[in-house]
Order: sequence, then structure tokens, then C-alpha cells
Amino acid sequence: MQKILNWIDARFPLTALWESQWGKYVAPKNFNFWYYFGSLAMFVLVLQLATGILLTMNYKPDAARAFESVEYIMRDVEWGWLIRYMHSTGASAFFIVVYLHMFRGLMYGSYRKPRELTWIFGCLIYLCLMAEAFFGYLLPWGQMSYWGAQVIVNLFATVPFIGEGLSQWIRGDYTISDITLNRFFAFHVAAVPLALLGLVAAHMMALHETGSNNPDGIEIKQQPKNPATGLPLDGIYSHPYYTIKDIVGVIFFLVVFSIILFFVPDMGGYFLEANNYIPANPLQTPEHIAPVWYFTPYYAILRAVPSKLFPFLPASQFYGVLAMGVSAMIFFALPWLDRSKVKSIRYRGTLYKSWLAAFVVSFLILGYLGVVPVTVWGQFADGFPMYAADRATVLARVLTVIYFLFFILMPWYTARDKTKPVPDRVT
Amino acid sequence: MNKLAFLLAAMLIAGPGATLASGGADLRMEAVEINRLDVASLQRGARNFVNYCLNCHSAKYMRYQRLTDLGIDSSMIEGNLMFASRKIGDTMTAAMTPADAKAWFGLPPPDLSVEAHVRGTDWLYNYFLGFYRDDQAASGWNNIVFPNVAMPHVAWQLSGIGKLVETEYDDHEKAQAALIAIKGLAKLEPGKNGKWIIQTVQPDPDAPGTMTPVQYELWVADLVNYLDYMAEPDKNKRISIGIGVLIYLGVLFAFAYALKRSYWKEVH
Repeated sequence: MQKILNWIDARFPLTALWESQWGKYVAPKNFNFWYYFGSLAMFVLVLQLATGILLTMNYKPDAARAFESVEYIMRDVEWGWLIRYMHSTGASAFFIVVYLHMFRGLMYGSYRKPRELTWIFGCLIYLCLMAEAFFGYLLPWGQMSYWGAQVIVNLFATVPFIGEGLSQWIRGDYTISDITLNRFFAFHVAAVPLALLGLVAAHMMALHETGSNNPDGIEIKQQPKNPATGLPLDGIYSHPYYTIKDIVGVIFFLVVFSIILFFVPDMGGYFLEANNYIPANPLQTPEHIAPVWYFTPYYAILRAVPSKLFPFLPASQFYGVLAMGVSAMIFFALPWLDRSKVKSIRYRGTLYKSWLAAFVVSFLILGYLGVVPVTVWGQFADGFPMYAADRATVLARVLTVIYFLFFILMPWYTARDKTKPVPDRVT
Repeated sequence: MNKLAFLLAAMLIAGPGATLASGGADLRMEAVEINRLDVASLQRGARNFVNYCLNCHSAKYMRYQRLTDLGIDSSMIEGNLMFASRKIGDTMTAAMTPADAKAWFGLPPPDLSVEAHVRGTDWLYNYFLGFYRDDQAASGWNNIVFPNVAMPHVAWQLSGIGKLVETEYDDHEKAQAALIAIKGLAKLEPGKNGKWIIQTVQPDPDAPGTMTPVQYELWVADLVNYLDYMAEPDKNKRISIGIGVLIYLGVLFAFAYALKRSYWKEVH
């Protein structure tokens, strides 16, 4: 065995790669609950790739046959229902895991120097994931697939001057059609997964270059070495400690995943929407078009921005589209917006904590508002001081402003925040 | 540009539109009692489906052969549930052609393979209880669950002819209280001059069906049970495997956690 390994190592850095990326990678010993979601995201990625490959073996990217091929998978393919439910549940699970992973980064300042590139690769992964989900959602060719894609592609049509041509270029047709389905299939199963895999590799390599952050935000690399082990005082080898810990995490995740997968695979219409069991019909617009839950905070921001945003500029839906785009991209700027002396929320003051709480609450309520019609809470009476409007819209506007202020004011409130002293050792 | 404006408008006002369609009216449905493990009920439902639905509606993703899941043997399926020209591996397609359907009803009846996913079982159950005689409608029937539906009440000989009963209330609160007091299917709708109307369907004593109301409700429940099965034939398998998977994962978790504890003892 050792002989074979030596032979390979003389030609390819197998052992060196394994040791630098995991086997001898030194991680802080104080990872808590929030640190499971990185390895879980990796696990879900593999799950999606494996089930996705199996699905392509029976799926037909053809407007006339796509819907029926999904039903064929659900009924006639051996274990097809299981593969398909794993993939559909996995899509939502991916976003849950990634949102929690990103929130961990926010809490503990994992985006701060020297991990800016890890964070940026992560943001790119997140954008790819959104693209992947969007392209994949068209494939079942149900009513929601069709009209959801129609609405999102039309967002590009709001871009001034080039919009109309741009949206046609994306669709390859004047409406969402067989041509669009084929190219979305190509993006979903080949282009975006390739980009995702490359970015995930870069994300991991950048992380393993700088070393992991931890709930205390202490750089263990700057600690003195333990003479007995030669490792930083609070460092341990990932393998076997985090290998075994992550396995426990994966099994726990699988318990939750299986409960949804086997007992409520459509999750009350949130993971698989009822309307998507109706084959796509270009002639019949559904009453209520809403995106899948993981896009709803952005959708709520899109709806919240009025088309007459500036009195001196022409009315356009583009402002909302722009706000939506910026709200998803603004995460890139975080490493340069945060000017606090400390990384972790544990040593930050109330100012930052309040802003983070306001941001999270805004994100969640916006997520809710993106699911429901804007009339959900009725209208303000005529006597409302500013203007008569839907209550939900007014709230969505306030929350959208808070969402952006969290980022825009960050240089100011993080610099002013009263921080606590950071200890030398992890707690 | 017009198409674009329309789509954006549709998207931005889709919400209000949806609420206007259902928001003014308040439909109170009766929960259906069905049991996915009741094979006899599923068999009766399959029979009801073939006899009453399959003439016009297809279930083109459902193979006849699959009915063996329900304990119906192949010869029974071939002899009693299929048209003579079909093979047992065929899917359930309607006797009526789509062209005829369009000519007779104005639109082809939807495929019912996954209708239970689209509507939900409660909706389907109440839909079959919601038919009433309406001479204004082209088919002679209307439905309080699905107003102005093109489909006629095909099982009227079983249920008898229902008639629409409307009760008027002066204010919304009183009407809502009355709605809560009604057992079974009822609909609250805004009426003229700020009044509110509660609609129910009552059997016409002059035109009873061959079944009692309770018998008919059970007949519908069987049919809905079958439609639910047909929307996902592997549902029972899914749930029973799920229980096994959870037990397995529970045991695996216990071992993995014990292993983790023993490894991490050295760290703490």
C-alpha cells in the first residue's frame, strides 16, 4: 500500500494535497453548532450531483415531453420517486444550509481579513446556486416553472435600452419555449455545476490557506505553539476530530432531511408547489405567481421598490430589479464595510448586535412577504399620513431600507461600537 | 413592450388579483376522511373513477397494470376496468377525443393523474358535494366550490339533484357567525347593498338520488382516496420506507455520537 502511495506521490502530490486540505489541516478546537453547515453544504452538493445525474438518465428536456418524463420518473422508473424527491428536497435543503452557513460568517466575522477571498468565493457560490436553482426550476415544465421563468427573464427586459434584446437573448425566443428549456437544461446540468465545483474548490483552498475562523474570532495561527504537538495552543487536526464530528452532523441532517423527504416531500407547497403539477400552459397565466421560498426575500424587495422612485427620472420597474440585484450582490462588500476591532459577535457591542438582529428580522419578514400577496394585511385607511397603500407594501419598504442600511451604515456603526477585549485563548 | 408591461403588471398585481378572487368570498370546506391503507376503499374508488371519470378525463401517466397495487388482479382489471381494445400496460386515456371534448365543453377536461396534488383532497371532496342545478349554466349544473365549472354533475343519479340555498345577512359578523355554525360545505359571499350571503347546497326532496347523502359522501371519499393514490402510487411505500430509514439513522446517530465523544475526550 505504502509502495503504491509512494509511486503516486512521486508523480502527483496526493499525500500533500490530502494533508494540506484536510488530513493535517489544523483547525480551532472550539467550533460550535454553526460550524456544521459548511460540511453539510458540501454533503448536499454531492447529493444533488449524484441524484441529478441519475435524473438526467430519464428526464427529457423537451417542452412536449418534460412534464411527462418527470411523472415517468415518479411512477415507472425503479426508485425514481426517491431520487426525484431527494433532488427536490435537496434543492431547498441546500439553501437552508447555505443561509445558515452565511449567517455563521456574519456572526463571527469570518469574512474579515485575511479571509476576504474565501468570503468572495462563497458569495460567488451563492450566486451560482441561485442560478442553478432558477434554471433547474424550469425543467419540470409545470405552470410555476414556466411562469416563474417568464417573470424572472422579463426582469432583464427592464434594463434601459438593451433590456428587450437581452431578455430575448436569454430565452432564445420571444417567450419561454422549448429552446429556452433546452438551454436551461444545459446550464443546469453542465455549465453551472462546473462553475460551482470550481468555486467550491477555490473556497476550500482559500480557507485552508488562511485557516478557519472560530466563534471567538481569534487567529490561532498567531498563538504560541504547543511544544508537545507543534500545533497552535487551540488548534487540533481536522482529521480525525472534525471528520468524526461532521459525520455526526451529516447523520443528524439526514434525520431531518428524511423526515421531510419521506413524510412531507412537498412541504405544504413550499418545496414543491401545487401549481407545478399542472403542465406548463403559455396561454394561461396562473392567478398567483410566487417564486420558491428561498428567493422570496429578494422578490419582496423587488415588489417593494416603487416604479416612480425618483421624481426627476422616468417611471421604471428597473429600480426594483436593480435593488433586488444589489441586495444579493452587496454581500461581496462586507469585508470592506466592517471596521470593527473584533471579529466575533461575542466581543462586539450592542450597536452591531442590534443591527444584525434588525437585518435578520428584515430578511425573514421579507421572505414571508415574498410568499404572500401584497394585500395580505389589507390597506391603510385614507387617513394614513403619507399615502394610501397596502400595509404589507409599506412594511416591505421599511424592511428593504433596513436591509440596505445594515450594509451602508456598517462602516459607521462598527467603528463606533463599544467592543469587549478579545482573550488570547478560545473559550 | 406591451407584453413586458403586462407580465410585470401581472407579477406585481398577481397578489391582489389572487385575493380578490378568493378574498371577498369565504369558502368553508368539510375535511375528507380517507385512509391511504384502506384497500377496499381504494378499490371502490378505482371502480368509481373508471365508471364515472374516465369517459371524459384521462389519467395518462397511470398504467392500468398499476392497479394490481390495490389488490385487483390482472384478469379483473382486463375484464372489468378496461376498454377491450386496450392493453394492460397502457395508461388510462379517456374514451372521448380531445377534439370532441373541446366541442362539447369548450375546453378539454384536465388530465387527472396528479389532480390530487394540484387541488388537494379536501378540495376534491367538497367539489363533488358542491354541485347544484343551475338552468343558467350551459351544462345545467353549477358548483359552489368551482363557480361556473364546465363539467356537469356526472354522478347526479347517485346523489340526487342539489339546489342552491342562499341566506342573506345584514352584516358581516352575523354572517361569519352563521358560517361557523354550519356543519359541512358552505360559502360566504358579499351580496348587494352591503349584505352578505351564505350559500349551501341542499338536496332537492323531489329529486332524490339512488344513494342517501351519507352513502354518496362515502362514495365520493372512496373516489378521492383513489385520486390521491393515483397522484403518487408509491406514497405508501415512501412512508413505510421512511420509518425504516429513520430507525436506521437513529441507531447510526447513537453510534456515531458515541464515537465522536470518545475521540473528543482527548481534546477537552
